[in-house]
Amino acid sequence: MTTHNPRFRRLPRTGRWLRGLAGLAVLAAASEILGRAGIVHRDFLPPASTILARAVSLAGDADFLTNLWSTIKAWAIGLAIAIGAGVPLGLLLGGVPVLNTAVRAVIEFLRPIPSVALIPLVSLILGSGLTTEATLIVYAAAWPVLFNTIYGLQDVDPLAKETLRAFGFGRLSVMWRVSLPAAAPFIATGVRLAAATALILAVGTEILSGFGQGLGTFIAQAQQSIDGTKDVLAGTVWAGGLGLLINTVLVTGERRLFRWHGAQTGGRS
Amino acid sequence: MSLLLQIEKVGHSYAGHTALEDVNLEVAEGELVSIVGPSGCGKSTLLRCIAGLVRPSQGRVVLNDAEIEDVPDNLAVVFQDYSRSLLPWLSVRDNVAVPLRRHGKPKAERRAAASEALEAVGLGAAAQKYPWQLSGGMQQRVSIARALAYKPALLLMDEPFGSVDAQTREDLEDLVLQVRGEGMTILLVTHDIDESVYVGDRVAVLSRAPGKVIADLPVGLPAERDQITTRELPEFVRLRAEVGRLVRGGSAPVAS
Repeated sequence: MTTHNPRFRRLPRTGRWLRGLAGLAVLAAASEILGRAGIVHRDFLPPASTILARAVSLAGDADFLTNLWSTIKAWAIGLAIAIGAGVPLGLLLGGVPVLNTAVRAVIEFLRPIPSVALIPLVSLILGSGLTTEATLIVYAAAWPVLFNTIYGLQDVDPLAKETLRAFGFGRLSVMWRVSLPAAAPFIATGVRLAAATALILAVGTEILSGFGQGLGTFIAQAQQSIDGTKDVLAGTVWAGGLGLLINTVLVTGERRLFRWHGAQTGGRS
Repeated sequence: MSLLLQIEKVGHSYAGHTALEDVNLEVAEGELVSIVGPSGCGKSTLLRCIAGLVRPSQGRVVLNDAEIEDVPDNLAVVFQDYSRSLLPWLSVRDNVAVPLRRHGKPKAERRAAASEALEAVGLGAAAQKYPWQLSGGMQQRVSIARALAYKPALLLMDEPFGSVDAQTREDLEDLVLQVRGEGMTILLVTHDIDESVYVGDRVAVLSRAPGKVIADLPVGLPAERDQITTRELPEFVRLRAEVGRLVRGGSAPVAS
């Protein structure tokens, strides 16, 4: 039942991959030329091949892997807590409109504070390490989960809820059997946004606190050393790759789990 | 026959609009009563009052000698908008099985009952599919199967065939007649005059808003009905004309 607009026809999967890779290749070639031709100084922007080679060699560097693992751990713990807090809170606020109105002002006040701005404050209180990182990640990542849960609940079809109510299901049962599954695609999108934010916060906190362990620490320390640009950029390539991997996994998961969502909205239009 | 449902002086207003006023109706066990009326006469509101989804602002609804205050236990509803009423993330069989949780049956029994109900509406082969993979008529069959599997004392149908094509509509009307033969009490809300006569044992006619029962006509047609010959019977022709006049409110013909 999905409708296809011929002008926006989706490329087949390999086609999409090829185009994505072509973009990367152009970028790499540009940096390669700029570096090798001496237009930009090598210490400032090493050629792409050098950066990539360094990035690959880092995969065999035990020290680097410890750093990477430390970042992933903080990311995972922070994100898990953010989901564990954001979803139930969102269900509560979305399910009880009175509560939502009451809490709205507090939320609207807190939300615009860029979480990166909280890094110095939290580091001051909690020091540097997993606790600080996780705290900041939870704060930043809980928002998209919370908001998408609330909006997802508001989008639930009242007739579906009414049908189950007519069969005698209570409010909580209807929440569990209708509202939560119906809102799940929205919540998943929130989680995907939160996962990206969490990675930014993880690496950002590590860079700003300057010591301890993590991908950000690796980048920050490379910055201090002579000829460190190569390592800084190689570390950045890893951070980007990690983000890309996380996003791909989540998008694929959403497509598989929520096939019904696309089929339904596609057929309705 | 004992009385199953009594609607006593039910009225309902919301947001300054009076949808129902002084509605009185009694339904005996095993009866199929059609409620017909012009659009916007409060038919759906009346049905929601009976289902316990809406509390009427006046009067009371009594089911099995108990006043309805919350959603009653032994009742099922089939809505017009099947695509919104079915849960798209569940397979057809699981959709049918969900309400059976209310009976506290184990999973295997729920599934068996669901499969049986799907067989009864001719959808045994579609059990593993998802609602959105089926045509509109088939989806409405699924929601009818869901109601049947639940084995309610009272089945409410709100314009159940309003969103399907003419052929499917006839098939579904016959499906309802078949169900009625199995002793279920059904209240069917429709704006279609022919349909109200064809499936009903009685036709209750509601006036324009605020809705009020202005006629309660017994349908003197044989229990065995079919789409062609029943509609040719003089009693059918007489009744549909009478109901038609009542629904139009006896108003003068509209000049074209």
